[in-house]
Amino acid sequence: MKSIDTKQEYLDYVDQKSPNSPILKNCFNAFWVGGLICSIGQIIFDFCKYKGLDTTSSSTIVSIILIGIAAFLTGLNIFNKIGKFAGAGSLVPITGFANSIVSPAIEYKSEGYVMGVGGKMFTVAGPVLVFGISASVIVGIIATFFV
Amino acid sequence: MTKIGLQTIKFDSAPYILETSSIVGPKEAEGPLAKYFDQCLDDEFWGEKTWEKAESKIIKENVNALVAKSGIASTDIDYCFTGDLLNQCISSSFGLRETNIPFFGIFGACSTFAEGMCLGSTFVDSKAANNVICATSSHFCSAEKQFRFPLELGNQRPQSAQWTVTGSGAVILSNNNLGKQCPRITCITPGKIVDMGVKDANNMGAAMAPAALDTLLTHLKDTGRKPSYYDVIITGDLGYVGKEILTELAETKGYNIKNNYDDCGVLIFDKEKQDTHSGGSGCGCIATVFSGYFYQMLKEKRINKLLLIATGALMNSTSSQQGESIPGIAHAVAIENLDN
Amino acid sequence: MDFLQSIDWMQLLRCFVVGGLICIVGQILIDKTKLTSARILVIFVTTGVILGALGIYQYVIDFAGCGATVPLLGFGANLAKGAITEAQNSGLLGAFIGGVKASAGGIAAAVFFGYIASLIAKPKIKKQ
Repeated sequence: MKSIDTKQEYLDYVDQKSPNSPILKNCFNAFWVGGLICSIGQIIFDFCKYKGLDTTSSSTIVSIILIGIAAFLTGLNIFNKIGKFAGAGSLVPITGFANSIVSPAIEYKSEGYVMGVGGKMFTVAGPVLVFGISASVIVGIIATFFV
Repeated sequence: MTKIGLQTIKFDSAPYILETSSIVGPKEAEGPLAKYFDQCLDDEFWGEKTWEKAESKIIKENVNALVAKSGIASTDIDYCFTGDLLNQCISSSFGLRETNIPFFGIFGACSTFAEGMCLGSTFVDSKAANNVICATSSHFCSAEKQFRFPLELGNQRPQSAQWTVTGSGAVILSNNNLGKQCPRITCITPGKIVDMGVKDANNMGAAMAPAALDTLLTHLKDTGRKPSYYDVIITGDLGYVGKEILTELAETKGYNIKNNYDDCGVLIFDKEKQDTHSGGSGCGCIATVFSGYFYQMLKEKRINKLLLIATGALMNSTSSQQGESIPGIAHAVAIENLDN
Repeated sequence: MDFLQSIDWMQLLRCFVVGGLICIVGQILIDKTKLTSARILVIFVTTGVILGALGIYQYVIDFAGCGATVPLLGFGANLAKGAITEAQNSGLLGAFIGGVKASAGGIAAAVFFGYIASLIAKPKIKKQ
């Protein structure tokens, strides 16, 4: 092997030395777990419709129930095992959003309920709300004036 | 003592490593080195309410156990050099606030154990102290909370990521061996900060390996020794990725360390069974592995010459978020059985 | 039993496949870009807002149902849809109200359940 002298040579060498994630396996797990979570949502959705609710209410109920399940599993220390196995499969559905709010709430409980739970609850998920809501306001403003 | 070469200090009295003590958490207790540790916990909280309190308790109980084992009265300990990974070293300072030993809180990230041994042995050799304690601790949960994500977050750890060791290792350095056969510190090579531009906080081994290489080569040049002079060369927590990088980099510089080099982060866990990816890390990693495993090897004379190089990544979560690269550091301590 | 018979299995299959495919995109981002999970969530929600605003995402929802609404893309699309609908009904005020109003249920649920979970649960170490 030739000698490594510059930073760039070293970074290239490190890239080549660092083990890759088993991407095929990860994608397969993400696919079926993510699909399963969505399907559970679909069944809840169908049930709401069956009970005569409209589409908007049914969608909201699906979100609330999935978030509730994710929060419950996070509290039982099960969600992180699912996340470890499924990766994006549990992160990308609304369950990942719930997990990223509930997990710091539990972790920072030791710093008290106000500044710990209340203050740190959004350390991971806060950006989702900031960018999601800001983008929606921009879209709304554009819709007001141009549509 | 005399300074030799660029960075190395050679000791006249060669301070004794009189005694060591180690406490590890449950995961380390399932690892291949479990039987060498003094105490294995079966619960990460150890009866405390928070991770931080648990880590303080680990270092406190470890230092108490060390003093009790050594046969030296705690009033005869002149100074202690301790550190950990938490902000402002609270594990050490809170853990040792009731010990009444003059206290130096030091930070060298995962290199802190060797940093403490460098300072402690210099104190002893210069006769500024008769007995000093060097101790470090780390805790997987408190480190994850401070540096990464909440434990309950369902994320995947990259393959190059390392697993912070829960545990504490501590040694007493002394100018008196109390009639016992003890390994001695013959020289030290404090290292320079080396930054090769690695930014990935999930690849600490790669960030620290150049520092380890720099310190190793400087040590060998300063002392005029070859790698084969040592029975074992150990680095602290480069992990699998960093170990391979260091071995290959050393080879490009003309040094073959393949046969007598190993890494504490590699040794402490069983990669396949324990799913620790690139291996162990943290201040507690080299501290527990040396205090538990290698000290016993030295005492039993299964090895006689050991070069301990503890490596540290001198970053925090703010510097990572600001896109800074990770400066590495490594300190070397040569430990030998002399005919005494 | 009537409910079970009423399930549209083809719809469920489309939901499974589309939901799974969206997650695969997320997994490739995780493995190939070293982005943290927070950044990936932000990318998905923002993309969802844009696709929703352009009206593209509605086709995916029509095709896959919850396979499109349950991933965070759907959360984003819902924010956009709410903002547009409300803006058309009540003007500029609606632009501010609409997005959050449409997704209020999910946000409130996450905050509420998060608080409840923190009351009951204790942090634990990952075993692997």
